Amino acid sequence: MRFILRRLGFYLIAFWASITLNFLLPRFMPGDPVSRMFARTQGKMQPEQIEALRKMLGVDTRPLWEQYVDYMHNILTGQMGVSISRFPTPVTEVIASQIGWTLLLGGTALVFAAIIGNLLGILAAWRRGGAIDSALPPLLIFIGSFPYFWLAMGALYLFGVVLGWFPIRHAFTDGLEPAFTWEFIGDVGAHLVLPALTIVLVSIGGWMLGMRNTMIATNAEDYITMAEAKGLRPGRIMLRYAARNAMLPSVTSFGMSLGFVVGGAMLTEVVFAYPGVGYQLLNAVQGLDYPLMQGLFLTITAAVLLANFLVDILYVRLDPRVRSN
Amino acid sequence: MTTAILKQPTEPTAARKPNRSFVHGLITNKKALVGMIVMLVFIALALLAPVLFPGDPSRITAMASLEPSPEHWLGTTAKGQDVLALTVHGSRSSLFVGLTVGFASTFIGILVGLASAYFGKFIDEALSLVTNVFLLLPGLPLLVILAAFLPPGLGTVILVLVVTGWAGSARVLRSQALSIRSKDFVAAAVVSGERAGRIMFREILPNMASIVMGTLLGCVIYGIGAQAGLEFLGLGDVSTVSWGNNLFWAGNEGALLTGSWWVFVPSGVCIALVAFALALINYAVDEVTNPRLRKIKTPKNTERSAGK
Repeated sequence: MRFILRRLGFYLIAFWASITLNFLLPRFMPGDPVSRMFARTQGKMQPEQIEALRKMLGVDTRPLWEQYVDYMHNILTGQMGVSISRFPTPVTEVIASQIGWTLLLGGTALVFAAIIGNLLGILAAWRRGGAIDSALPPLLIFIGSFPYFWLAMGALYLFGVVLGWFPIRHAFTDGLEPAFTWEFIGDVGAHLVLPALTIVLVSIGGWMLGMRNTMIATNAEDYITMAEAKGLRPGRIMLRYAARNAMLPSVTSFGMSLGFVVGGAMLTEVVFAYPGVGYQLLNAVQGLDYPLMQGLFLTITAAVLLANFLVDILYVRLDPRVRSN
Repeated sequence: MTTAILKQPTEPTAARKPNRSFVHGLITNKKALVGMIVMLVFIALALLAPVLFPGDPSRITAMASLEPSPEHWLGTTAKGQDVLALTVHGSRSSLFVGLTVGFASTFIGILVGLASAYFGKFIDEALSLVTNVFLLLPGLPLLVILAAFLPPGLGTVILVLVVTGWAGSARVLRSQALSIRSKDFVAAAVVSGERAGRIMFREILPNMASIVMGTLLGCVIYGIGAQAGLEFLGLGDVSTVSWGNNLFWAGNEGALLTGSWWVFVPSGVCIALVAFALALINYAVDEVTNPRLRKIKTPKNTERSAGK
């Protein structure tokens, strides 16, 4: 319980830090980006809306601490202002309509990469010097060396443009009504294959090598020798004795990767014009839509922190050592 | 990584000798050799770029979207620039930013890690907290936000990459420094009244050289990749010629949709080769310093008993 509380405190501090960063950035950056933004939106907005945004982004004559208290209050009550590029939709609504796609894409890719990568790692460590162990790591490191967006573009070109196997942009075919029908779900699935595949390809190597290296250490433990001496089946020793105990670091990196799901899928989303938060973030940056940018950053951060907290709770269940301390 | 930490040579008297065998191990390691050769080729290309392709590489020299031919080995872009010249010149900015970011973030990592481990208590708590917060904040969105608010330019790119990149190295270096901090020779140095700076940099730091090297390589890889990503999103310094910007323009001019794969392939392959070479050196460092990860010569007989 103390462990959980300490972690919770840490996440709250991290969240506070990101809000503060958000608060400070527009106020201390040279070049006054906010005025640039307002210059663009002349005549589109109501005076009171402009006033509210000015306050939020720091074009404000009040003392800094007063602005800060105000800003905190707004964020914590979910008032993130109005999006400029999609005027007059509130920022929260824009984000809500898009985070689902990001979670779908990132979640699918993460689960596949983690499962396949860990299994390969287990096999590689179990058969040191075997085919999987000697051929796959260099190959996966090599694939992992390519810039992520580059592979995505290559896949898009090869499978989307040249071969035409998969659709090349968006999350579902234009004009199709989102509904729980097989047609729609199949369509979403087809749009998901390429982006998810590229993420899996790039990230699988890390999972595999991490698992392999932990597993090699676990394989040297006495209880493995004991299990062998008892005459247990190799498959059972590999999965129930060795792999199970080598899983913990992977669980930790799963927590870290959850952050990657929301934030890191950004490049993929841009390449495939996938309508998630990452794609929206880039659009917000290009459209000088500072309220939306800030809202997206905070949402992404909050999602990452929440995911890590959930993994911490899971960790307490998995590792008795954490409970006893 | 954790097993590497456990297997460090720790006695101060042994510090000299393993160093030599470390270098020897690296030179005889096949992975390291391949990695170093590739890196040297790229560094040579970057240095010789103005000689090989004099003049501004982004000037228009030929017809648009030409396929690779004897005059233009890698073809031309949709604007009519020579792709080979762009790629060779691009290595300058990419390697420069990668190395700068790598060295700067490793340097900060060393400072924070050593200070945490040496002073402990409150300073450690505070520095670890900051490190962990930076580790947890989602990197790419943070990069994008920072790049969006700061004025565009090469300095901004470097600054932003260092801000988002130092925390990982600080965490690794701290845990390594902590394990060395608890050794007797450090206690002896403290008792004999050596100054804090001297203990940190002359006693502790030399004993974690291989981890520092691994961290540095990792940071350079991060720097090159993240710069390319940032530039691909159009948030870099668009006026410079670099691999990331080449890809940005390739995407912008629809090189792939028109089938001009030659515009798009070279810069990506270059980034991959450099990152792969650095990763190879990194794994070699790991292997040389961590006996458990070394290749087993006769896998059949010793496979299951070697570790025990």
